[in-house]
Amino acid sequence: MPSVLERLNYALQHAMETDERVHVLGEDILDPYGGAFKVTRGLSTKFPERVLTTPISEAAIVGVGSGMALRGLRPVVEIMFGDFVTLISDQLVNHASKFRWMYNDQVRVPMVVRTPMGGRRGYGPTHSQSLEKLFLGVPGLKVVAPNTLGDPAELLTNAINDEDPVLFIEHKLLYPRPLLEGGKGDLVDFEIEETEDGYPAFTLHSAERPQVTIACYGYNFELTRSAAINLLMEHEIFVEIVLFSQLSPFELEPLFPSLGRTRKLLTVEEGTISLGWGAEVAARAVERLDDLQVRRVAALDFPIANAKSLEDAILPAMQDIINAVLKLTGRHKE
Amino acid sequence: MGSDAFRVRYNVPVMDEHLSLYKTMFLIRQFEERLLTEFSKGKLVGTTHTSIGQEADAAGIFSVTDPEDIVFSNHRCHGHFLAYGGEPYRLAAELMGKTTGLVGGRGGSQHIHWRNFYSNGIQGGITPVATGMALAEKIRKTGKIVLVFIGDGTLGEGTLYESLNIAALWKLPILFVLEDNHYAQTTPVEKGVAGSMAGRFAAFGIPVWERDTTDVMVVQSAADETIKSVRTGDGPACLILHTYRFSAHSKGDDPRSAEELTRIRQFDPLPIQGRRVNEEERVKAESEVAFVIKDAFTHADADPAPRLVVENKASPTEHSTLDL
Repeated sequence: MPSVLERLNYALQHAMETDERVHVLGEDILDPYGGAFKVTRGLSTKFPERVLTTPISEAAIVGVGSGMALRGLRPVVEIMFGDFVTLISDQLVNHASKFRWMYNDQVRVPMVVRTPMGGRRGYGPTHSQSLEKLFLGVPGLKVVAPNTLGDPAELLTNAINDEDPVLFIEHKLLYPRPLLEGGKGDLVDFEIEETEDGYPAFTLHSAERPQVTIACYGYNFELTRSAAINLLMEHEIFVEIVLFSQLSPFELEPLFPSLGRTRKLLTVEEGTISLGWGAEVAARAVERLDDLQVRRVAALDFPIANAKSLEDAILPAMQDIINAVLKLTGRHKE
Repeated sequence: MGSDAFRVRYNVPVMDEHLSLYKTMFLIRQFEERLLTEFSKGKLVGTTHTSIGQEADAAGIFSVTDPEDIVFSNHRCHGHFLAYGGEPYRLAAELMGKTTGLVGGRGGSQHIHWRNFYSNGIQGGITPVATGMALAEKIRKTGKIVLVFIGDGTLGEGTLYESLNIAALWKLPILFVLEDNHYAQTTPVEKGVAGSMAGRFAAFGIPVWERDTTDVMVVQSAADETIKSVRTGDGPACLILHTYRFSAHSKGDDPRSAEELTRIRQFDPLPIQGRRVNEEERVKAESEVAFVIKDAFTHADADPAPRLVVENKASPTEHSTLDL
């Protein structure tokens, strides 16, 4: 199976081939270098006029993208590291996401801002974060994250075709990962249900009655999947996984049927635990189901350290997911 | 001189150039004075930024733009909008928060859009957006240029310099209009801007036209040269206009002394231009403007306020509509 990186690269090539409005902007994206993580490799050779390497000006290139989108083009802007989204926050919050609504729906801003997030590569405090939580709940801005179950190419294509701005969060560790095949490998014990949506949510049903629902997105689906298999093999606990592609605006609906079966929710994310995605998911779920039990697995509220020993201690691991499920099912004392 | 955006848009017969410029400035002055009156009567809420004293900039510049050119204005945008040819009634309705406003009451004073006119109230943040618009027009070979309006206060914002760099590197058809009214809100230029204003643009290889004037004819002539330079396709240009704001930054925030306010009134652009106009024609033009302003505010005042209809509380911007 192709890797996430190959599928993202394919989506960009395909979009540029089929729609001349699509332009790609970013730092160091020209061949032969092809971008810091190589997602844009080959594009500038095929489309030299429509791939623009930019100065180190994150705020400006996202603003430029907004302006291009307002005037009939479809820009895809790469921000080299997700940590740099702090520099583009004004452009996303006060410009790109505002124009449509504040101009009374007379304009649209079809722009995608792609960026790699996440740690576990020893890049230290300012090149390892998962800062997407800062942009969740911003009206007018969609936040989307690919995974190995859905097709990242389809997700990115839908984002490029979206009439509204999309912040597209790619976890660095997903790039080399191969896409999963239904009914094979890790998925052999799961039946998969997918919402009919440009940014689909997936429910992985287990064969037996599930005891816990685990909500996750992006790379943390890798950890969650391994934890689910471990829980089944070692503890005979069946879980259901609900994997989101769209983080914001958040829709509870894909999660709701599973919660009805389990009444136990675990959220898994790599951002810091306080006031994050999991907190919102849990709050929304509890508003609908009074008797719901909830746990969250996320990064500790620390900056991410450079040393592996510290980084591992700060970021969530598969064992944290297993422990949380054991607690939720009463198999571990709190 | 080039085409007059206002005149072309409304198919107004060619009138004496001096009178036309005077009338545009008088319209802006009357509109904004009426606006401040409406505020004091409690008819408007929120805030507003008037350009009383700076009218020569808008009138002069938009007398030499093309009606299809793109404009990105800032928090102080009413004058630009009216000189662009925008309808006073729709602007008044927007400021009063009415469904008939330019953007249905969603934007208000600082956030308007009509045809190729856009504004947003974030200092500096508009400059990369305008730069991207210029890139799009260049890519699409439309021949349109972009005008982006900044002030002396904007010189403190980093995105401006990122935009200047990109606009110059990529030779984009954009004109940076810097209106220096000597104050960023209440902070005088001496406390906010180091070094040279023109030097900031020159450092990026952007040609600068700089005028210290409130004479609309001088502004028009400089704007014409600057815009012609941008239209050649050689890249951006900058027009720096040193001017005076007679009114407060917004409503009541004006710590300037009475002496200073009296002194700068000598630079009032209206009498400067008024002296070049036939008295009888001037009086006629003024009474026409007075009628338009009265009509605009009376109409707007009677219009309904918008109502929010939320169909999807989880994602209001996706499904909400204004009940027009």
